[in-house]
Amino acid sequence: MSDPKAIFLKDASVSTADGDQRAFIRKALGGYYVNRDLQKARFRNWEKARDAASMAKWSAVNDLGNQLEKFVGNFEKNGGVVHWAQDAAEAREIILKIAADAKAKAIIKSKCMTSEEIHLNDALEKAGYGVVESDLGEFIQQLRGEAPYHFVFPCMHVKREAISELFTKHLGTAPTNSPEELTMIARRHLRQLYVDADIGISGANFLVAETGQISITENEGNARLTTALPKIHIALAGIEKVVKNLDDLAILLPMLATAGAGQPMTCYNTLYSGPRQKGECDGPEQFHLVLLDNGRTRLLADPEQRDALHCIRCGACLNVCPIFKNIGGLAYGTTYQGPIGSVITPHLRGLKQWNHLSGASSLCGACTDACPVRIDLHHHLLHNRRNAVKTNPTLFDRVFHFGFNFVIQRPKLFAFGGKVFRTTLPLLKKLPLPYLSAWLKTRDLPTPPSQSFRAQWKDQNHE
Amino acid sequence: MSSRENILGRIREALQVKAPQPHLQAPLTPTNHPPQGKEWLPDGGESLTESLAILEGQLAKLKTVLVRVPNETLAVEAVKLLSQEKGWKQVAYQGHPLVTPIAQSLACQTWQADADFNKQKLEQCDVSLTSCETIVAQLGSILVSSQTSGGRALSVLPHAHVVIARTSQVVPDLADAIRQIKERYGQKLPSMLSFITGPSRTGDIERILVLGAHGPKELFLVLIDG
Repeated sequence: MSDPKAIFLKDASVSTADGDQRAFIRKALGGYYVNRDLQKARFRNWEKARDAASMAKWSAVNDLGNQLEKFVGNFEKNGGVVHWAQDAAEAREIILKIAADAKAKAIIKSKCMTSEEIHLNDALEKAGYGVVESDLGEFIQQLRGEAPYHFVFPCMHVKREAISELFTKHLGTAPTNSPEELTMIARRHLRQLYVDADIGISGANFLVAETGQISITENEGNARLTTALPKIHIALAGIEKVVKNLDDLAILLPMLATAGAGQPMTCYNTLYSGPRQKGECDGPEQFHLVLLDNGRTRLLADPEQRDALHCIRCGACLNVCPIFKNIGGLAYGTTYQGPIGSVITPHLRGLKQWNHLSGASSLCGACTDACPVRIDLHHHLLHNRRNAVKTNPTLFDRVFHFGFNFVIQRPKLFAFGGKVFRTTLPLLKKLPLPYLSAWLKTRDLPTPPSQSFRAQWKDQNHE
Repeated sequence: MSSRENILGRIREALQVKAPQPHLQAPLTPTNHPPQGKEWLPDGGESLTESLAILEGQLAKLKTVLVRVPNETLAVEAVKLLSQEKGWKQVAYQGHPLVTPIAQSLACQTWQADADFNKQKLEQCDVSLTSCETIVAQLGSILVSSQTSGGRALSVLPHAHVVIARTSQVVPDLADAIRQIKERYGQKLPSMLSFITGPSRTGDIERILVLGAHGPKELFLVLIDG
């Protein structure tokens, strides 16, 4: 079974039936809502700040070519090396070559969703490198052999007992149910690995064109260590991460923290502008940046949905999404889960195979309201549905639209159809029909009026 | 054609069709675009007194321990007391006029890490003592850099971090901190600039807050008047 839609339907129905898991996710998100609202209240005008944040990204994305060239020029002036990758395979090759040239053995990684997108760990492991994820959530998911559940909270679905078992099995530590002790086990295990690693791989949250700096946002300090101790630092980023000015971060960093995790500011927000400079006592000797397209220019070419490239990956849209909260993050089968994932995955991987995600939405608009950069998420889900019907209509779409067109243009046929429907509707209630019977178990089906609207209009009004 | 040319070519082609501006509450003009748009962000205070009050509140919420002292002599005493209370044995410090006298007065093994850097040795240290660039009242953030805070690892690898600073280093908000950095360094920026906002933390296990994920478990800010 390799059809993403079939896998999605199966996985989503299994995870939705797991009431315990759903309650666990709701509870885990409960604290987030409280903290997010507290921090939002500290903003003097959250809505205006959203406007400014969305304009900052809009003006960079709509001038992407110039801004990228400016960024690259400044990055190179600071002593970094830029590599351009059109797709996942090219990005993997570039990174493998840097590792081979450096005769590296051990690689430490900080959180980087783009590396999940290109399946970097598999490629590095196959080539014989030891790769360790250092973000606690990613480290746990790596040990579990599972993709991240949520692109900001990778293991939010895993209970502490399971983590304790996992650590006992892989690290040989004594069982414990304390999140603090579990965190300290990972801390102790990883510290020496930072010191020993030859290469540190990170992502990037923003690329600042004005200064050629990359900005990395994190809470744990693992990205700071990953980019401080190994001899080589490789950062991997999508081309859409660029912002024009350093000043833009004065708005984007607090908004990312508040929308993403209900914090005033994430614990470490770090700007890197090159390898170790003259007069600095530590830092990597080489600093590489891999700029990845991998379908982003396809999304850029669609002006209607171009604003999806404004995404700063805060995860706010997942946290409020009724679909995410019920089916969970793994069922999506994508690198980016939730509403933003459902919008962009069809562009990155193909509309035909991934359009079903746009149907997995109640179109309630909670995601659009939550988005700090005002991406019109729920309308884009509708746009994807429309585009899918236009470009790849299913047999049902074709028959249905043909039938609808046929009937709607013939008033007599339409009136006859209405009459048939009005008389048979009460009977439908009694028949054991798929879907309908389940729906009607807890709902009333109103009795249809004896006359159609058109007939009533004629009688009552006016002709 | 190289990948660079291919990607830039595709971008140019894609951008030939303009995208509409986002649906905004009110149209933005150059005057309310960042950093001028900062009046919508959390308050950083109008005067130093106000800023310091906001900073104290923020630091307390973030679990950064603030120690306010009137002068440098008392800063030495404050750090001495801290080191006794915490039982620090190995101290790594940055060579800096504010930091060195404090470090050298401690009854511990002290080592100026930026003079003779050794990551293995640094990993064993209990605490690091550094200066900082700027402190942001609005968010409770401390800005350190690779040039003026003893490199990249010193402020993040040891188990605790003590920052020594003066109240004159406090600025209201992030936009002010960024402006100051640009004025101070121009084109020659330090290779690393890091806004530290509280001790290292994680919520990855059941979204429960734990301090000291990989970076320091404890963060102290010793703020000297003046």
